[in-house]
Amino acid sequence: MAANGGGTRLAIGCEDGSVKLFQVVPGGIQFEKNLDRQKGRVLCLSWHPLGTHIAAGSIDFIRVLDVRSGRTVQRIMVNYHVSKPKKRECVVWSIAFLSDGTVVSSDSFGRVQFWDWERGTLLESHTVSTSAVLSLAVSEKEDSIVVGTSTGATYQFQLLPVKAGGQEKRWVRTKPFQYHTHDVRAVAHSPTALISGGLDAQLVIRPLMEKVQRKGYEAVLRKVTFPHRCLVSCARKARLLLFQFSQHLELWRLGSTNETGKDGEVLNVCRMPEHLLQLKSKGPEHIYCSCVSPCGSWVAYCTASRFHIYRVQHEGDSVSVKKVPGVPKLLLPAYQLQCASDSGRLFVASDRGSVHVLQLLEPGGCKHLHTLRPPAGTAEAVYLLASSADGNWLAAVSGDWEIHVYSLKHFKHHCAVPMYGCAVSALAIHPATNNLVIAYADQQLFEFSIPEKQYTAWSRTVQNGGLHKAWLERDTPITHIAFNPQNPAHILLHDVYMFCVLDKSLPLPDASTPLFNQSALKQLPEPARQRQLHAFKICKKFQPLLFAELLEENRLVLVERPLADIRAQLPPPVQQQPFGT
Amino acid sequence: MAALCEAFTLCGLGPSGGVGQGGGVLALEPGPGPDHVLLTDRGRTATLFKVSDQKPLGCWSVKHGQIITSPVVCNFETHEYIAVHDDKVLRIWKDEDVNLDKVFKATLSADVYRIHSLPHGDPLVLFKGGGVRTLDVLLEAPQQEIENIISDEVIKWSEAFLEGQQPVLIFITEKDGDFFVYVQKLKMNSLHKYKLEQQESSSPLSFTAYIRKQIITLLCLYSNDSVYKVLIPLQQNGEGEEQILSKSLLLNLSISGSVLKGTSLVVIDKDHVAVLGSLAASGEESKECLTIWNTKFQTLQTSKELPLGTSGQLWCYGEKFFFTHGKVLTVVIYKCETSSLAAAVGKLKDSQASDISSFVNWNTLEDEERVVSFQPQQSAALKSESKMTLRSRRNSVAKAQPDAFKVGQILLNIKDTSAAVIEDELRQLLLKAQIPDFQATIGCVITALINRCKTDPVFYPRNFLLQMVQKRELSYSLCPDLMAVALEKKDVHLLQICLQRFPDIPEEITYACLKVFLSISDDYLERTDVNLESVICYIDIEPKNKELKTEVVENGFNTELEEDSCDNRVLKETHTTNDGEFCPVGPRKAALLNAVLHSAYSETFLLPHLKDLSAQQAVLFLRYLYYLYVKCSEKINTTLPGMLSPTINQIMDWMCLLLDAHFTVMVMLPEAKGLLSSLHKFVRAQVRFYSELNKIEGTLRELQRIKRQKDSQAYSIEVLELI
Repeated sequence: MAANGGGTRLAIGCEDGSVKLFQVVPGGIQFEKNLDRQKGRVLCLSWHPLGTHIAAGSIDFIRVLDVRSGRTVQRIMVNYHVSKPKKRECVVWSIAFLSDGTVVSSDSFGRVQFWDWERGTLLESHTVSTSAVLSLAVSEKEDSIVVGTSTGATYQFQLLPVKAGGQEKRWVRTKPFQYHTHDVRAVAHSPTALISGGLDAQLVIRPLMEKVQRKGYEAVLRKVTFPHRCLVSCARKARLLLFQFSQHLELWRLGSTNETGKDGEVLNVCRMPEHLLQLKSKGPEHIYCSCVSPCGSWVAYCTASRFHIYRVQHEGDSVSVKKVPGVPKLLLPAYQLQCASDSGRLFVASDRGSVHVLQLLEPGGCKHLHTLRPPAGTAEAVYLLASSADGNWLAAVSGDWEIHVYSLKHFKHHCAVPMYGCAVSALAIHPATNNLVIAYADQQLFEFSIPEKQYTAWSRTVQNGGLHKAWLERDTPITHIAFNPQNPAHILLHDVYMFCVLDKSLPLPDASTPLFNQSALKQLPEPARQRQLHAFKICKKFQPLLFAELLEENRLVLVERPLADIRAQLPPPVQQQPFGT
Repeated sequence: MAALCEAFTLCGLGPSGGVGQGGGVLALEPGPGPDHVLLTDRGRTATLFKVSDQKPLGCWSVKHGQIITSPVVCNFETHEYIAVHDDKVLRIWKDEDVNLDKVFKATLSADVYRIHSLPHGDPLVLFKGGGVRTLDVLLEAPQQEIENIISDEVIKWSEAFLEGQQPVLIFITEKDGDFFVYVQKLKMNSLHKYKLEQQESSSPLSFTAYIRKQIITLLCLYSNDSVYKVLIPLQQNGEGEEQILSKSLLLNLSISGSVLKGTSLVVIDKDHVAVLGSLAASGEESKECLTIWNTKFQTLQTSKELPLGTSGQLWCYGEKFFFTHGKVLTVVIYKCETSSLAAAVGKLKDSQASDISSFVNWNTLEDEERVVSFQPQQSAALKSESKMTLRSRRNSVAKAQPDAFKVGQILLNIKDTSAAVIEDELRQLLLKAQIPDFQATIGCVITALINRCKTDPVFYPRNFLLQMVQKRELSYSLCPDLMAVALEKKDVHLLQICLQRFPDIPEEITYACLKVFLSISDDYLERTDVNLESVICYIDIEPKNKELKTEVVENGFNTELEEDSCDNRVLKETHTTNDGEFCPVGPRKAALLNAVLHSAYSETFLLPHLKDLSAQQAVLFLRYLYYLYVKCSEKINTTLPGMLSPTINQIMDWMCLLLDAHFTVMVMLPEAKGLLSSLHKFVRAQVRFYSELNKIEGTLRELQRIKRQKDSQAYSIEVLELI
């Protein structure tokens, strides 16, 4: 599937070898016409930047289709010169159409080939790998190409002059990278970086050194392992955790202990954690979002086309589940689900900045109460929600990074948080003060007082003093914010590699003090400690962290997701040849 | 693998072009384009075809009563067609000419056998008398006299090549069952005549040849269902004398019981030939078929049955076979890839590297061996003669010995002729490195030389032997007496090289070498030439240097300290009387001993011999081994630098072996005591060190285990204090 340069038309290659053209209209697509059909399934498509032609890659050949007439104007056999007995199927996995009429193909023989589409001739061929080259992306200037192979390697090709200062240019394989262990299924080429996504569940952003002005934080390779969203939700009162997997949900009850101990001790678990429930989603769709109510008796999840609410009844040790009937249809698609703290309402983040409010009814029903919309309207969907503990406020973040606060008492828009030019990665409303704490993707922290409709004094101090450099240069964004019920000054923040208890009552660290000072503090005597304390209490003991939440009684639940476990579930990497060395 | 594709018909043949010997067409020659062929039938007509279109492009015929005697060829330079009819009348025409009567005509003075056209160059005209002219020369004076070279021999086959820019014509004649090969280089105006080696009860049926690297390879299909290979070097300086070309069996055309009666063959590439013939299984009717054979693996790659019969002619142009099948001319496209074991297992890298295989065909050796063994051993005049010629040996220049080809002759010569003559002959022989089973031949030659050495104490072709051992892949078993003679002559350099090169030296000889090396004086070694590659990188003392230093001692410096200064720094600070610090032998002797250490041996067989070493020699050897061991242990990777230097395992094995063999002697001998005790200390220190490392390893493993245990817990409740 590929859209043309202007985004007005969509071409779809089908298994049967046809290419279908759709017109992009507001709110959907409309079938326009069928292009020439030929045998062999279409595996990849690329539009000419001018939108006049489409190159389609299938097994053993490439076709170039004229969009206006719908005819096949060129057919290029990719392994024409391979002699017959050797012939295997050559799958063209990925294709790109450059504006000068060059078609770049990558195939299962490990080749990246450059073709002149008009003549159908091979311009250049580079064999980059013994296994398939699966993905390909071209930079906007068309002077650089990145390809990903099934061995996990990515290669950069650059259009370089043959002689320094000369006119003649050739594609040269310049940089090999090996960051993945499995197939590289997708690559993208940003102006300053190569981005590759592999079957090993990692997204790697590799900045191009020649495009980065200074060596520093910007020029660092990034590996993204987890999605930047919460996949775990916690029922704090019921002490339940809901884990969201791609096709199913698991509900667990936390274990407990009756012992106490000193720092670092591992206590005996007297009540083991309990696997209460496994909900399998029907059909092939992935679960997009899920939540469990604080009381633990409601579980909701949503896929691209379906939305389900379940009533979970706990009777002693046994658990029964009942699907809630009559879920309103108007809600889809849902991007985030959030339960009110009294478990009476469910907030569903949806398209165009709207948030649907559902009332959850005992013993198992629901009712659509209201739909909240920003006054100015927006095209973007809401992707993050935060509700206040008193049930009065709801904050919603939409894709244009605007944060709107609604009053739930009157179902009306209360205010908007001043725009900040960065994506919001997490937000939460303080239960006691109704201050909205916002974490941005650039690691900035803000506190916004909802009743006063302005940033709090503490937030201004933070902004004036600036956050610590070590904090700003962390690799992953904050994905969840929680508050300590015992101490209103404590804010819990976590990313993949650390969690932090932010104590607002303590001074902020200045540039000269180390940010990560916990281990140093532990060795200091009590009076010296007091002088060294600062607001950020960071613990990196548990990695990689998927979720952290504060419970009552000074308890904290952390969910680690070891990468080794993920790897163990992956299919084995590309088969190496069993014979020979 | 080779493969024959579907056949198609090019054209039908007239009544003359039938099946069976004598039928068919006169010839098929490549046409002006890559896809074109020129067909000349046995009558009056020549036709030009475009093969892929299966259609004729042009057809020419001579008048009634005339007959084309030499097939039409295309002059690729001028795109003209040339033919000869009625033996003497030459015709040249172009595409647009229709009537052959009206085209250029020249009547020649002699009968033409064939015209050969070359891709870049003038066509060559071969006359039945063996004379060759280029077309240009011939057209200047068509009536010129053509010499008769071959008298009453009859030309059977001819072929022309371009070697570099030089046209080469080869033709084969027959007379009374003898076959002669003529090689004519036109530019040089040289003609060589060879006689093809006789084969009992079979005669050649078909020939084909190709040229590569100045050597013509002639393949002959014989009536005994075998293909023989004959190598004809182009670089020949001697002239006139008739040489006999030996042939080697390339391929036996038999497939599991059934035999292919070949009628003609063509070469496809260096490993493949195609043979057209009839396959006769016992008790069954024979059927004609086209086959492709791999000569490297002696296997039949593919075949195609031709039920309608053929005329026994086969041509191959541009990956296509042409032959008559029934009443039509059939074309079969083939595919033939170089096959190799590597390709079969998918590991093919570069096929060019393994061009010359060096395995021995033992059967061909028989004759030569017989010559060696049955010749009378002594020759009376031998001594005086070789003495006399020895002086002139150096300055004698290699005289051309055209007949040096016959190895048997050389072997005979070695018995009695002078050393100078033998050297020359051998040099000639070496130049012909292409002769089959060269390695085995060299083995025979060396054996013969050694026999001569044994009988004649003055005779010793040292340089030749050195060269042979160094360059060729010989082995001990191929020339068993070589090392014995070298030992006798104390030729340490030859022994060193033998020890390095031969894979199969018996322990007895190894021991003898060791004994000689240990006993030989350093002064003697100073004068000899020994390869020092293996020691140059680590040995530290020049004995002469040492003396020099002691002389220039001044300012009250201790001589002993000064001695060390040529050693490296580390040693300078340590105790000077330590045995392990200096090399106890000179670098030359060390190099020789290294060669011994490097050779293969079996402990059981070596041990009894080692016991025969004298106590002094044993101590010296042990001291050297100890020195090597210390040197080895200095480096973290326990290897000595340099080429062919002994490994630590070799050193340790020899040390143990030596101690086993001379246990009591070592214990008793006072001078060995110091050595043994320092050796003991050194080894003990090492053992301690390694045992400590082992302990650490255990600890590390335990640490790892603990860590893993901690990790594996899926659920835990921990106390965590945040300050």
